[in-house]
Amino acid sequence: MFDNLGLIVSRLSEGLSTTVIAAVGGIALTVVLSLVAGLGMLSPVAVLRGISRTYVEFFRGTSEIVQLFWIFFALPALTGFQIVPLAAAILVLALNHGAYGGEIVRGAVQSVPRAQYEGALALSLSSRDRMLRVILPQALVEMLPPFNNLFIQLLKSTSLLSLVVVTEITFIANSLRAALPVSEQLTVYAVLLLMYLVLSLLITAGMRWLERRAAARLGRTRATPRINSRLHKEQAA
Amino acid sequence: MIWDWDYAIESLPALLRGLQVTLLATLLGSLLAFALGLVFALVRRSRVPVLSQLVWAFVEFWRSTPLLVQAILIFFVLPGFGITLSPLTAGVVALGLHYACYTSEVYRAGIDAVPRGQWEAAAALHLPRSRVWLGVVLPQAVPRVVPALGNYVISMFKEVPLLLAIGVVEVVTVANQLGAQTFRLVEPLTLAGVLFLLISYPASLLVRRLERRVGVL
Repeated sequence: MFDNLGLIVSRLSEGLSTTVIAAVGGIALTVVLSLVAGLGMLSPVAVLRGISRTYVEFFRGTSEIVQLFWIFFALPALTGFQIVPLAAAILVLALNHGAYGGEIVRGAVQSVPRAQYEGALALSLSSRDRMLRVILPQALVEMLPPFNNLFIQLLKSTSLLSLVVVTEITFIANSLRAALPVSEQLTVYAVLLLMYLVLSLLITAGMRWLERRAAARLGRTRATPRINSRLHKEQAA
Repeated sequence: MIWDWDYAIESLPALLRGLQVTLLATLLGSLLAFALGLVFALVRRSRVPVLSQLVWAFVEFWRSTPLLVQAILIFFVLPGFGITLSPLTAGVVALGLHYACYTSEVYRAGIDAVPRGQWEAAAALHLPRSRVWLGVVLPQAVPRVVPALGNYVISMFKEVPLLLAIGVVEVVTVANQLGAQTFRLVEPLTLAGVLFLLISYPASLLVRRLERRVGVL
């Protein structure tokens, strides 16, 4: 059963960079779209609220696969314009998950206590400073755990790219399946699932690290900042 | 190439037949996920050594990996080990198993939200274990988790199309088939998207109303 394990791992690894590029690119663009859509839904301008809300409901309501096929197959037929597959893939992943992320950002910003906003107003901070220095740093701590789940969803969604012939790891596994005996097919998919597991654990580890940093910036941590710990040591001495 | 209304209307009946399959898969997958998720949640809570850790490890593993790969594994690889399932059955099993990993977390939160006093009162009354669960805890836990379960039904509905990889003839498969026959994919594929929106958007509004009634967990 494991005779070809080395071969299987090395073949699957050939697709790993594509999966990682799609996931990382998708995550980066998702963050941008989430912030734009989330803040848009909280905007005082009705038109911006309307546009953001429509974007969010549209991309949450239509299936991701339909969106993927639409960009890959329908858009070129309509416009005669074919986007580079990997770029189109990143775009679809981000448009879809950005809609979910928009709700996360909106919820997190709204969860910041109103007194924080009023305090910033009383200090006559500009609206930009209110958002960037007071509200968002606090909202960020609330956002990170749901974003962790969202990014893992996005990673799992990169497997859909195999359906539009992007040679990521699931596509390679499917093409290996046809060439291998039954017992080794199981090995192929076991290795494939483990690869996704490791990638999702990496995402979780990264997000936990960000959570600790974001919480520490707000002083919500048990670890004493360095300058204080030196003070404590001097006092103890 | 422009939008052809006649062709769009022509393709609608076939798409609606595909949609029936999508809805059937969602219904059966949800029922399996509800039942299996409860089993997972109870086994993990039971703290039976080894078994409850195994279930925990499986849930964490299974929900970190793609449903598409799991469906392919169940449909294409299991027959080699003597387990042959039809595309729809394999699809329902894949959906049910994947979403059971999510629903088990939902049940767990719901059970944790039952106040301690309820457990203590049940213990004071010396109720048998089965009645503690069936008569006291679950009747309070389950209504609270209905909106969260509803949200998972909606996301499952939108994930059914990936079963096209194992040959389930659901709505996107039908759209692709129509596209292959006529070389016009735009209309059926767009209509498929509209059908998803027409069902999932009202459904999500309904779940939000439920959330307001019973509170978010």
